[in-house]
Parts: sequence; C-alpha cells; structure tokens
Amino acid sequence: MSKNRIVIEPGTTAGNYWKDLWTYRGLFYFLAWRDILVRYKQTFVGIAWSVLRPLLAIAAFSFIGWMFETNAQGTPRVLLVAAAVLPWQFFSSAFSEMSNSLIANANLVSKIYFPRLIVPASTVIVCLVDFFISLLIIVALMIAYGHPISINILFFPLFLALAVVAASGIGIYMAALNVKYRDFKYVVPFLIQLGYFISPLMYSSQDIYGNARIPEWLQYLYSLNPMVGIIDGFRWSLLGNNMIIHWTPFCISVGISFLFVIIGVVYFRKMEKQFADVI
Amino acid sequence: MSQTVIKVESLGKSYLLRHQQGAAYSTFRESLTEVFRRKEGGSSLETFWALKDVSFDVKQGDRIGIIGRNGAGKSTLLKMLSRIVVPTKGRITIDGRVASLLEVGTGFHPELSGRENIFLNGAILGMSRNEIRSKFDEIVAFAEVDKFLDTPVKRYSSGMYVRLAFAVAAHLEPEILIVDEVLAVGDAEFQKKCLGKMKDVSGQGRTVLFVSHNMAAIQNLCDTAIFLQQGQIQMSGEAPKVVAAYLRSASESAAINIADRTDRSGNQVLKFQSVALQDESGKALTSFQCGKKVVMSIRFKNNSGSPLRNLNIAVGIDDEYGQRVGFMSNDLTDQVFNAEPAQERVEISIPKFPFRQGIYTFSLYAKVNGEVADWVREAGTIDVEAGDFYGTGKLPPDGQGQFLFDHSFSIK
Repeated sequence: MSKNRIVIEPGTTAGNYWKDLWTYRGLFYFLAWRDILVRYKQTFVGIAWSVLRPLLAIAAFSFIGWMFETNAQGTPRVLLVAAAVLPWQFFSSAFSEMSNSLIANANLVSKIYFPRLIVPASTVIVCLVDFFISLLIIVALMIAYGHPISINILFFPLFLALAVVAASGIGIYMAALNVKYRDFKYVVPFLIQLGYFISPLMYSSQDIYGNARIPEWLQYLYSLNPMVGIIDGFRWSLLGNNMIIHWTPFCISVGISFLFVIIGVVYFRKMEKQFADVI
Repeated sequence: MSQTVIKVESLGKSYLLRHQQGAAYSTFRESLTEVFRRKEGGSSLETFWALKDVSFDVKQGDRIGIIGRNGAGKSTLLKMLSRIVVPTKGRITIDGRVASLLEVGTGFHPELSGRENIFLNGAILGMSRNEIRSKFDEIVAFAEVDKFLDTPVKRYSSGMYVRLAFAVAAHLEPEILIVDEVLAVGDAEFQKKCLGKMKDVSGQGRTVLFVSHNMAAIQNLCDTAIFLQQGQIQMSGEAPKVVAAYLRSASESAAINIADRTDRSGNQVLKFQSVALQDESGKALTSFQCGKKVVMSIRFKNNSGSPLRNLNIAVGIDDEYGQRVGFMSNDLTDQVFNAEPAQERVEISIPKFPFRQGIYTFSLYAKVNGEVADWVREAGTIDVEAGDFYGTGKLPPDGQGQFLFDHSFSIK
C-alpha cells in the first residue's frame, strides 16, 4: 500500500516529481500523438504547409541576401539560406507553440493532475516532425545544386539537439509566464520577429565577425542570441567545411541555451502549483 | 480490518479575491501598476477561504458522497484530493492509486475519431496503452458507438459524445475513484446504466468519493456522506441522515427573503417577511411543474401589537414581459380574516398551477382595515417548468396560449 502513498501539503515540492514525469510518459506520448494527428489530419494541407512556409522564407531571404551582397562563403546562396531557415523555423514554431501550450490545454490543466512539464514538452515533438518534413527541401536543393555531403553531417543530430534545448528553455519559461500574465502572448511574436533580423538568416556570421566596422562588444552582443551558434552549426554540418564555426560565440550560444533551460524549468516548477488556480 | 486510505487533516484553501478584476490571471502591465498602487495604500485584495479546517478519514472500500450547495467547496476539495490544486493549509495523505473524473470527456479532441479519443482520454485518465487495448471492446459496447468509431467526434450527437466519454471513464480501475457530478449528463436510461456501473465499481472494494446534486444517486450509491457548507463540514455520517439534513437546509434557504426590501409602500402595520413556494408535502421548491399543486407560504410581521382587522392579502402575477397574467386575493374568495398578533403566516393554495413554462414574477399587497399596509412589487420569481397538466402527457402546441385550464369534451 505505502508504495503509492501521496502526501499533499502546502508548499511541498514533490520529491518524486521527476519520477512522476517518468510515470506519466504515456500521457506525454499521447499528447504528442494527438497533436501530430490533428496537424496532419488533412494530410495534404498539413504537409504542404510545413514545406511551403520555409520555401517562401528561403526565396525571400535569398533575394535580400543577394541584393545586399552578403557573404555566401563560396556556397550557393539558396543552400546557405535554407540551412539557416529550417532550424530557425523549427526554433520559432517550437518557441511560440510551447509558450501557448498551457493556455491551449487549459481544460486538461484544470481537470487532471500530471506533471505540467509534459504539455510544453509534447508540443516540441510536433515541431520536430514538421522540421523533418521540411528537411526534404534542403535535401532536394542539395541534389539540385550537386552539393556534396561532408563528414560533418555526423554532427547534425548534436546541433538539432541544441536547437531543441534552446527552444525548450525559453519556451518553458514563456509558457509559465503566459499563464500568470496573459499579455506575454504579445511578446512572443515580437521576439520572433526580432529574431529574423538578429539571427544569421539573410546573412552569415562571417558578415558580423569579419566586419571591421562592427565593434567587438556588438559582436559579443550578437553572440548572445543562442540561435547564432546553432545556425552556424547547422550550416557547417549540412554544407561542409566552407562554413566556419566561431568557437567562442558558439560556446556562448550553448551556454545561454542551457542557462535558459535551467531558469525555465526552475521558474516553471515554482509556478506550476498555481497553474490550476490561475488558468 | 479496512485501513484508512485517505486522511484529510485540517485542510484549507484560500484564494485572493481581487475586487476590481474578475479573472484570476493578470497582465504583466497590471502587476507593474499594482506595485505603485500599493505604495499609495489601499490594496484591493481580500482573502477568501473556499475550504476551511476540513478533516475526515476515508477507509478502504468506503463510498462517500459529498454534498452541499454550489460554492460550498465540494469541487475545491476534489481538486485538492486529485492533486490539481495545492492546499493552503493542512495535509492530505492518500494510500493507493487515484483516478479522478472531474469532467467527462476531458481532453477529447473534436477532430479525432472515436477510436483515437478512447486512447487519448484513457491516457489522460491514467490508463496505460495495454489497459485501454484490453478494455477497448468493452468500452465501445458500453458507449454503443461501434458504428461511428472512425468518425470524428465533432460529428457525434451530444448524447453519443457523453456516452463515449463516460464509457472510457467507467472502465478505469483505480483503487480510489473521485467523481464529480458526471452523472448529470445523458438521458435517463444512460444515467441508470452509469449508476449501475458505478455501483459495480464500488462493489469491488474500491473506494469512491462522489460529488452530486442528485440526492437519489447519493443515497443509492453511498454509505456515508459529508455535507459541506461555506467551506466547512456541516455534518457527516450515514448518508440518509446527512441527505435529510442537507434537504432541510436547502428548503430553508429556498424561501425568498423580502424583509429587507426598502422599495415598498404602505403604512407598515404589517410587513411581509418572506415567501416560499412549497409542494403538497410542504417541501420548498425553487421550481415546479405546471399542473402541480403549489402552496405559497407568506410570512409577515405584525408591527401594530394588536390584531389586524380585515386583513386583505393579494398576489399579482406577471409574465416575463411585465404583463399581468393573474391575480389572487382573499377578498375574491370571501376569506378576509382578522389576524391575531401570534399569527404570522398566510398560505395560499393553488390546486393546479395553470401557467405554462416560463419565469413569472409576483407582487404582494396587503390592506388592513381599508388602508394599504404593505406593497412589494416584484417580490420574487416563480420558475415554472413544463408539466403534465391534463394527465395525458400532452400539452397544447407552442403559441396556443399562456395558460392551461381544465376542460372536457362530449359529443351529443
């Protein structure tokens, strides 16, 4: 009997929270499955959407990059842009959907107990599926341009994992904030919009680090954006050694990503107890 | 012997009430301005105890009904037992696997098919995939939706939807089951089936906590009951006794209090205090069916200290558009009386209430010795439901008049 003993008290931070998270992995799986089913229920529209969006973005950003003659690092510009747009779109959709996830599942949160982290976590899965579908674009483009795959591709999963970490940290944080303060839903689209310009989508990090006009402190400020290191990494692993990873900024990106995960989870756990009261 | 599976010790839950905004959540902007407002003094927060100092024990296999009026704290209690909200005070110790059913169809997604929703809802209620798979056929049979398994539930009728949702929940097999008012859904036949299922569940030695407004269901299902009032335990014990106490308190509060109304005229030698609508057995009603016998019990206060001579009491009934539709008076029936100082209640008996379904308001009027003593307009409302006036199960079609009266036909 006592193996299932639960004590509910004010202020208890359930010691078995992480164990609970494991117990409820079935729910995690089902929520992810539900979101995927719903997204692709109308199969054609669902898949077309996850291809069309990045495709349009690639076309537009390539044009802008070409117009401003940003550094293409000796690679077809379209490939360079595609290798950045895909992880960026994953990041932005994961970030915004996680931020909104608790509100969207308010009926679950107010009627059922489960570790709430499951909700934002399961939304990442849909975004990942979307991302894998959109990968077809870059595969097609690389074939079209006859661009060889390098050994660097082995590191691709690592950079993808980093993108997941970066999106999760800030997404979890925003999800919790969104429950408490509803006006944060206006902040998320703004941050994403900002991200389009401060992330190396239309240009490459070479344009920043190699530019004498840009003072060093501004270059560091630029590196604080976790997507900078991650996008550089994607380009390097997909397009090969022509791409340069700047290690110091890369480490800053990684550090910031993990810092956000810690802050996000701590804040989330702190707020979690009030979710059902407030939502 | 059976052991204690749930121990609740001086449990309390408080909420901060914000006096201006209704919503519990706030905006960041408000929080910022709040900081400055507080500095000016006069914060608008008030603590409200939804549940206060509640303690009880539940033994294994107990079937406990929790009753009380809306806002008494029942749902808050269940939510704390289900770990959805965290208590402000006290402690709950639970031994065993808990499943709570606070709403049927939680997490149902309209775009998904019946089959998919069974799995999803099962997972949400805490069933493993294998558990759901092994019970799948049983669930489908119980819900009677086998033909529509692959149809999105958004195309289901509301009856089918509820049946499916309850079927999943009914096949949970936890050690402790917490149920909130789910039987209030579906048609009568399905409700009966649900009650049967619930009985089966509790028959297997499981512990059941059950919240309902349906007193028959409580008495049918539960051995013991807890009566909550304003966040505190008013009474607990054997179900029939607690239910009786609850019903008594409910009928007391069903009376419409008009003693404090100031919008009245007259010399106030007599002052109306309250009005209750009762059925034949004297039980207070909040609504009743047309065609039923209704007793209007009017309490008054004699302010003169002496008998009230030629007391004439009248009641006017208006429909929802303010149109006078009926009038009752003891002058019409030649029953004008003299009231002794000890007498304080008038009963008007209406053998077959004639008005059709709707909400009516009534006004009270009293004349003592030819002078207006008290007059309260729109003293209260009468909620009338459709009823079998003629005893034939038939009612006139809509648009065929506002009231019903006895009549008979013969052919010559």
